[in-house]
Amino acid sequence: MADKILAKDKLGDFLGKLQADYEVYAPQEVEGKPQWAPVEESDKVLWDFSNTHTSPKDFFFPQTEIMMRFKNVQDHENGMVMEAEPPLANKRLLFNIRPCDAKAFQVLDLIFVQDEMTNDLFWKDKRDKTTLVGLACSDPCPSCFCTSMNCGPASTTGLDALVFDLGDKLLVRALTEKGEAVAEGLDDAAEADQAAAEEQTKAAEAQISSSVGMDKVNERSVMELYEAGMWDRVYENCLNCGTCTYVCPTCHCFDIQDETQGESGRRVRNWDNCMSWLFTMHGTGHNPRGAKKDRVRQRFMHKFKYIPVKRDGEIGCVGCGRCVLLCPVNIDVRRVVNDMNA
Amino acid sequence: MEAVAQKIRETAAKLLSEGKVDCVIGYAQGTVPMRDYPYFAYTPEEAQNLTWSPFCCNNLANFLIRRPKGEIGKVAIVAQGCVSRSIVGLIKENQIAREDVYILGVPSPGMVDRRKVQDRFPLKTITEVTVDGEDLVVKGKDFEERIPQKEVRRDNCYTCVQRNPVIVDEMMGEEGPSDWGGNIDAVAAPWEKLEPGERWEAFIDEVDSCIRCYACRDACPLCYCHVCFVDEAMPQWCGKTQDEADVATFHILRAFHCAGRCTDCGACESACPQGIKVRRFTSKIEKDIRELYDYSPGMDLEATPPLSVYRPNDPQEFIK
Ligand code: SF4
Ligand code: SF4
Ligand code: SF4
Ligand code: SF4
Ligand code: SF4
Repeated sequence: MADKILAKDKLGDFLGKLQADYEVYAPQEVEGKPQWAPVEESDKVLWDFSNTHTSPKDFFFPQTEIMMRFKNVQDHENGMVMEAEPPLANKRLLFNIRPCDAKAFQVLDLIFVQDEMTNDLFWKDKRDKTTLVGLACSDPCPSCFCTSMNCGPASTTGLDALVFDLGDKLLVRALTEKGEAVAEGLDDAAEADQAAAEEQTKAAEAQISSSVGMDKVNERSVMELYEAGMWDRVYENCLNCGTCTYVCPTCHCFDIQDETQGESGRRVRNWDNCMSWLFTMHGTGHNPRGAKKDRVRQRFMHKFKYIPVKRDGEIGCVGCGRCVLLCPVNIDVRRVVNDMNA
Repeated sequence: MEAVAQKIRETAAKLLSEGKVDCVIGYAQGTVPMRDYPYFAYTPEEAQNLTWSPFCCNNLANFLIRRPKGEIGKVAIVAQGCVSRSIVGLIKENQIAREDVYILGVPSPGMVDRRKVQDRFPLKTITEVTVDGEDLVVKGKDFEERIPQKEVRRDNCYTCVQRNPVIVDEMMGEEGPSDWGGNIDAVAAPWEKLEPGERWEAFIDEVDSCIRCYACRDACPLCYCHVCFVDEAMPQWCGKTQDEADVATFHILRAFHCAGRCTDCGACESACPQGIKVRRFTSKIEKDIRELYDYSPGMDLEATPPLSVYRPNDPQEFIK
């Protein structure tokens, strides 16, 4: 499908039409911060923002998710009745998602949905029913380093369509069938508009001021990196909280619990994170990652070595910069990766 | 401020080169605006990285604990009023020994709340913030503005009652006034005005966006329990979900565990990625303790913490 054009003052009609088929969400100003919210008025949709405060991963992987409910029924022949939770009822559309977040979900697809045995229905159901319409970054902030992480301000991976903000109009580029369904009916873009979008992308790429090197990380063996002396300092001031992993679009660890009350209960999965000592604590009392250093190392090794090794060079980080801004002790992932790469 | 930083660097280098301490815990300049970070200097050269600014929003006393014994030997630590009070608390709770810490005392300049600065520029990216006398100079792509620091301090710094360290081995600057003139009891006042139902609503409203990352707990020098009640599995005191009951249980129990111990350092609030005013939960409890026992935590090495003593003449019937 050719690139399309949409006048910004027609956005209300455009989103209104989509709302007949989808629940539409977009970054809006909530309590002073850019955050995801259902679209009610199209003029509340943000255009000038760096990225949402926390990542949109909870659209697919909620922090708390009920997997099933169960009930112990005495006179039932099976004794126990288990009920699956209903799948997502409506199709969803995330409008103006940043390319880095969409890239993160493509990486997570490789982890949640691998083969018959590893096929996370909860993740897949929501992914299948959601359309991602991205917004190219025209003004990347100083903490972003997406171009070092297989991504970029106008990266299309994981997106169904990509929108370029050209001031009073939007260039809409459909990338998949889902994206074509969204762009359907819009007018074709003029060549000048396409050129403006290219121009904007180049300027944005040039504006990305921070980069990290991965060449030596890729060359070095797992063990060489694991045993590197740098880990002796990186962890020093880490609080082992969960902030960096919970705000991260690519962290995906969870803990499953059965909660019971009387004869019935539910199975819930909650976000979990490798920074917590409890994460790998065995029932025997042994903890393979018993010290803070082990846990801090895990976070970075997982993202920048284990995932690349296991997933054909994909990286468990998209350079969104959220952890850089929100870690309470400024453990800056860019600095750590540069140390790994030194 | 720069003079204090310089004095910290010099003193740290001296202590390290003379072998008086193995490590100096202070701050170094962060990689993002308004986020200087806890830094461990082991050599006189590393001591040159130390800094001191209104962006030092952690509580360094936290790093005296939560580490395997013997991991670092004798340490020097940079401490303003609240941090020194936390050190007193840790000594009284037998977590550290007075002789193992060498306290580099600093009068607190009052720390800046980075969220208050950000709120002046909604949705804009701040690229640089520098200190110029009493002002901050805030820069972004298409703006530059001066903000008086006194307009954007952390809440706890306005109501601080002890800016100067209570115990010191060496002062890094001249003592200033002991408070900022704020009224510490005012922090609890909003709760007192509310009916129980409204109070609950206000509380739930505050914790509503909590993501249970526990940065507030992990940044706090009071929260040194080897196994926190939220991590306890047998029995599991607190559910792990985002349900209101579980989130509320975490915050209520944590606040109670801080009773009579919180020095109002604000590290919890500064650490929270969601901007939750965690300190407000302890404020009413601390006010009660001040009124009932005439006690403020960490002010005096000799004072007895009211909640850890038994008195045969306790006026309350239920305790006998
Ligand atoms: S790196 Fe920062 S955010 Fe992550 S666990 Fe450590 S202190 Fe918390
Ligand atoms: S590790 Fe940090 S920069 Fe990388 S994707 Fe996660 S939050 Fe973003
Ligand atoms: S970094 Fe840690 S929390 Fe994140 S995905 Fe890897 S193991 Fe899980
Ligand atoms: S509860 Fe908060 S204010 Fe009180 S001592 Fe702990 S970190 Fe400081
Ligand atoms: S730091 Fe904030 S978000 Fe994290 S657990 Fe504490 S209150 Fe909740």
